[in-house]
Amino acid sequence: MLSDLPLFPEQASTGAARVDALFMFLLAVSVFFAMLIFSLVLYFAVKYRRRSEAEQPRPILGDVRLELLWTVIPLGLTMIMFVWGANLYFTMASPPADAMEIAVVGKQWMWKFQHPEGQREINELHIPVGRPVKLTMASEDVIHSFFVPAFRVKMDVVPGQYTATWFEATRPGTFHLFCAQYCGTAHAGMGGRVVVLTPTAYETWLSGGATGESPVAAGARLFQQLGCATCHRADGPGSGPSLVGLFGQTVRLHSGETVRADEAYIRESVLYPTAKIVAGYQPIMPTFQGLISEEGLLQLIAYIRSLGGGKTGTPS
Amino acid sequence: MNPVVIPRAHYLNVNYGIKAWLFTTDHKRIALLYLASITLLFFVGGAAAVVMRLELLTPQGDLVQSETYNKLFTMHGVIMVWFFLIPSIPAVLGNFLVPLMIGARDLAFPRLNLLSWYIFALGALFTLTAVVTGGVDTGWTFYTPYSSTYANTHVILTVLGVFITGFSSILTGLNFIVTIHTMRVPGLTWSRLPLFIWAHYATSLIMVLGTPVLAIAIVLVALERVFRIGIFDPALGGDPVLFQHLFWFYSHPAVYIMILPAMGVISELIPCFSRKRIFGYNFVAFSSVAIAVLGFFVWGHHMFVSSQSVYASMVFSFMSMLVAIPSAIKVFNWTATLYKGSIAYDTPMLYAFGFIGLFTIGGLTGLFLAALAVDVHVHDTYFVIAHFHYIMVGGAVMGYLGGLHFWWPKITGRMYPEGWGKLAALIIFIGFNLTFFPQFLLGYLGMPRRYHFYPAEFQVLHVMSSAGASILGVGYMIPLVYFIWSLRYGAVAGPNPWGAKGLEWQTSSPPPTDNFAQTPEVKEEAYAYGPQEVHVV
Repeated sequence: MLSDLPLFPEQASTGAARVDALFMFLLAVSVFFAMLIFSLVLYFAVKYRRRSEAEQPRPILGDVRLELLWTVIPLGLTMIMFVWGANLYFTMASPPADAMEIAVVGKQWMWKFQHPEGQREINELHIPVGRPVKLTMASEDVIHSFFVPAFRVKMDVVPGQYTATWFEATRPGTFHLFCAQYCGTAHAGMGGRVVVLTPTAYETWLSGGATGESPVAAGARLFQQLGCATCHRADGPGSGPSLVGLFGQTVRLHSGETVRADEAYIRESVLYPTAKIVAGYQPIMPTFQGLISEEGLLQLIAYIRSLGGGKTGTPS
Repeated sequence: MNPVVIPRAHYLNVNYGIKAWLFTTDHKRIALLYLASITLLFFVGGAAAVVMRLELLTPQGDLVQSETYNKLFTMHGVIMVWFFLIPSIPAVLGNFLVPLMIGARDLAFPRLNLLSWYIFALGALFTLTAVVTGGVDTGWTFYTPYSSTYANTHVILTVLGVFITGFSSILTGLNFIVTIHTMRVPGLTWSRLPLFIWAHYATSLIMVLGTPVLAIAIVLVALERVFRIGIFDPALGGDPVLFQHLFWFYSHPAVYIMILPAMGVISELIPCFSRKRIFGYNFVAFSSVAIAVLGFFVWGHHMFVSSQSVYASMVFSFMSMLVAIPSAIKVFNWTATLYKGSIAYDTPMLYAFGFIGLFTIGGLTGLFLAALAVDVHVHDTYFVIAHFHYIMVGGAVMGYLGGLHFWWPKITGRMYPEGWGKLAALIIFIGFNLTFFPQFLLGYLGMPRRYHFYPAEFQVLHVMSSAGASILGVGYMIPLVYFIWSLRYGAVAGPNPWGAKGLEWQTSSPPPTDNFAQTPEVKEEAYAYGPQEVHVV
């Protein structure tokens, strides 16, 4: 019977135990204050129950010291909660530099994944244990939210931009994957599972099945097909800036501002080329809206990242 | 001592007929128009919840289709938030009591007050039409671009209903603010105001300042749906997250529109049934205003995983922690008021006890949602559902029912049956906890909200929740029956059956149309319970 009544979720990521520690602190503080209030109310309600209709208790107006006490103590405790929660949240928003990158596209009502080696999956994500995994996520339609309770990880997937999250699984197993943001009719069915494998089992899984093109190779092909290479020449100045060594660098714009060349910047530059013009270049690039899919964009970015420059994203 | 009788002339029997009610400008009659409308809407919204809880008895989606389920939770949310909770205490009890408590003959703008009700009814009509003609499936939050582009249901009709109803809120808020500023009787200074009035003043500020932003947001949704202008849909160059900012800028403070008046009710009940001055009057009064002001700077805590900047999230987390403090201050002061009191367990006081317990749990679990890293896990799960039902049902509805029982003798001149009242309060308390406590566990386990079907391991907790809901449903039916029964058969109450302080108890029950035969004068502080020779200032 008890197995039918789970009370606490399994922990399967490095972050899970840390989130649970804060949860336990919150729980302890809450239980303490709830019990304090409940027992005081009960005690007073019984002890000072009306014994005769003639009772006229003397008024007590208040006590500033008490007011200060029950303002300052809760304030102090909530500040601990704030700092602890914010600190952890910041870590959760900062993927390690060596994280394995997986591209995620959400659409009504499925999850699509692509591994760095090219494998594609739908509604099922295989990952190795003990290795940080960074997800770069895009939506083809409405807002979705990538949620794996066992990892204590959740991030909205928002159309028109990239969002990211990361985790490091700590043990092999199969865990629920849910869409947490209501996305229409089959929202409850937009789930699947995350399969955590030992590193060797993951290698075996990778080598089995249809290995498609890797995202970098697919991106390189798109780069030629869409004619990007005509202007963005690898060997030097074309009509557009060279993209070699660009990723993660700071770019000076025509307006005098600077921008970091991250996923969001490249996405914007492909879809809205005149939004940010690199200093020294003309606004002549046409838009590629409607010519490239969300998955294609992610592949193009993987290719541009492979041209060097280096670092992956920090918190948005 | 005179035998207790119903006065010969009062606001209910001054004239009869449908016109006498539909064209009334008497705040007390308008309060009853609201009472009838929101009671109807409460049971409509409740019926949707009943079907949902039945569906969730089994993990499979076997009772209704997904489309229907999605429409049910949307209808439940829209109706309960905008057509029950927001008007509940202010438009019914506030309308009835604000003039009586300050010794006025009516609100400052009686005809505007009637207009508020008509606007409310019109808005409700739009939304109910949307429900009857096929429903809407966006969730009560109307998130874009789903609502503005993808949904194929009656979004425009529904948002128009909400938009229209908003004006009723704004007008009621304005009416209260002007009334409280200008129509207090001589001697009723700000520091002598009943805390119910302070709470309604704070609530009115939110209604007037927040509601227009909601109106703007949902009009933009409608415009985007019709004219394809790019405000929220990224395919048209818009930003879907912008909608969330606009929506929650109103809809988080809206939670305080629901809970502040309930806190005002509790601040009346506890002194009366413990025969004690409220402990720390100034702290309770100013904490209402602090909640109203701070409440405008916490909306981003609904958006910690929305792609909002991490630094913005940190600011919102910090502010959300701060807004917890004035609520804690209130709970501590209510508890301290009980100390050395003379405590009676009449039905309204049972609701007040229930409120303190449930609001405490609701408030404390709010800290889990304000703490960033934990919110990431529990956001959009049943943990959130449990939390806000502890606040809105455990808090606001308990306050509303407590208030309704407390002032029922004033409103109708007759008592409800006390035994049935206590029984219903107990059933509601038990049913509520059984419904919503398991949802905290479900949420931390990872059960997402708005799921028509779910993995089998969550079933036991869902069954508990559904069982609780059936008890809760019975609990809500009982007062409906005995309140109606009491109109004819209830014991005659007399002007002040509770021995309560406050101007509303100095006039007859039911009060005359003009409220007071002579304008009363206030010579003492609020809640001057206790030995009469003690005049503490």
